[in-house]
Amino acid sequence: MPVGLVIVSHSDAISRGVVELLGQLAPDVRVKSAGGMAGGGLGTDFEATSAALADAETGSGVVLLYDLGSARMTAELAVESLADPNTAVLAEAPLVEGAVAAAASAQGGDDLRTVADAAERATGGTVEEVGQPPTEDAVADSGESTVTSPRVHRELVLENEVGLHARPAALLARALTGLEAEVTVVAGESSADARSVLGVMGLGARKGNRIDLYAAGPDAEQALRRVVELAERDFEG
Amino acid sequence: MPCTARDAAAAVRRGADAMAEHRDELVELDRAIGDGDHGENMDRGFRAVVAQLDLADPPTPGAVLKLVATSLISSVGGASGPLFGTAFLRAASSAGEVEELDGATLAASLRAAVEGVVSRGKAEPEDKTMIDALLPAVRAAEERATSGADPAEVLAAAAEAATTGARSTVPLIARKGRASYLGDRSAGHLDPGARSVALLLAAFADVTGVE
Repeated sequence: MPVGLVIVSHSDAISRGVVELLGQLAPDVRVKSAGGMAGGGLGTDFEATSAALADAETGSGVVLLYDLGSARMTAELAVESLADPNTAVLAEAPLVEGAVAAAASAQGGDDLRTVADAAERATGGTVEEVGQPPTEDAVADSGESTVTSPRVHRELVLENEVGLHARPAALLARALTGLEAEVTVVAGESSADARSVLGVMGLGARKGNRIDLYAAGPDAEQALRRVVELAERDFEG
Repeated sequence: MPCTARDAAAAVRRGADAMAEHRDELVELDRAIGDGDHGENMDRGFRAVVAQLDLADPPTPGAVLKLVATSLISSVGGASGPLFGTAFLRAASSAGEVEELDGATLAASLRAAVEGVVSRGKAEPEDKTMIDALLPAVRAAEERATSGADPAEVLAAAAEAATTGARSTVPLIARKGRASYLGDRSAGHLDPGARSVALLLAAFADVTGVE
């Protein structure tokens, strides 16, 4: 079973909303909501968080994500109160982007530590307006590893029904797991880090749109080969 | 005179009375620089503590402290639940299963409490938080305990230092918690969490001083 997730928020509506979002892109991951106080007010509830933690446990461990300060403290206490606190990890990550990245990682069968790391590497899904594809220098500046390796480019036309929607974006990010390569997706005037699920979704690329892929780093060739293969399978896992 | 489970329970009940008596004051303090729910949260939390004390008869001071911790964690929303809960939880661990606390073991419990709050909340002195009352209280308690004072004297010293420490938060600019969003505008107000610490320690000292 995949690693489970718990969303700890001051607001029941926020945590249930995140759970709903993840349900779409990681259908096999057990995601539980712990939002608001028992009486319905805003706040974080230790009992509810502990219960969600127990519900999300599948035997592979649980990653918790939180929204604001005291939610972190409640989540920490819930983890410390477990019979074995090593079975859960509190991720320091932006709630939505972190949860999406963690869900994609968990759906891909990654272990507890890897799922938590995926959440913590998520950085808010910024979409840059580029106007033109990134230059050689711009890509080379983005990481030391690119200095000795050439930049690789592929273009493809999206043939699948939903384009780069949630699940394809999650699969795209997951396809790059374990590779040392900076991959940028360019669609029209915008670009996004291929590992940022929300960033890729934010490109709004639909069926029939052309996208450009740029990669740099030791595994650049392999990275783009994986992405192209994924697209050729119409983003079917 | 050492502190037994019965003394500890009496002290906690007096603390609950103090939270009820000062509920509106704490609400007002929190309304000025927070979200205004501190008085309500602490009162609700300590009423839950008393309800649990009525049901159970914890055999040691450590067990009393543990009961306080779990009741607060379960019933207080917001940051106060985990913070005060952690303080009592660490104090309980430090007290262990001994039948009675003397001045030194009581001071050690207070030290464990403040370390728990620091690690949970990541606040430092002069961030305008409960630490500004609790840390001087612990130092005063340790100082009294090293000269062989009993629990009543240790708590009296802690309560006095906590009151002074809480008052010292007035001019500070908050760097932690909700009040930190106010920036400079948080200056000129007493921190409600620090005030609660001072009120609780004064109530605890009050009981142990009588016996």
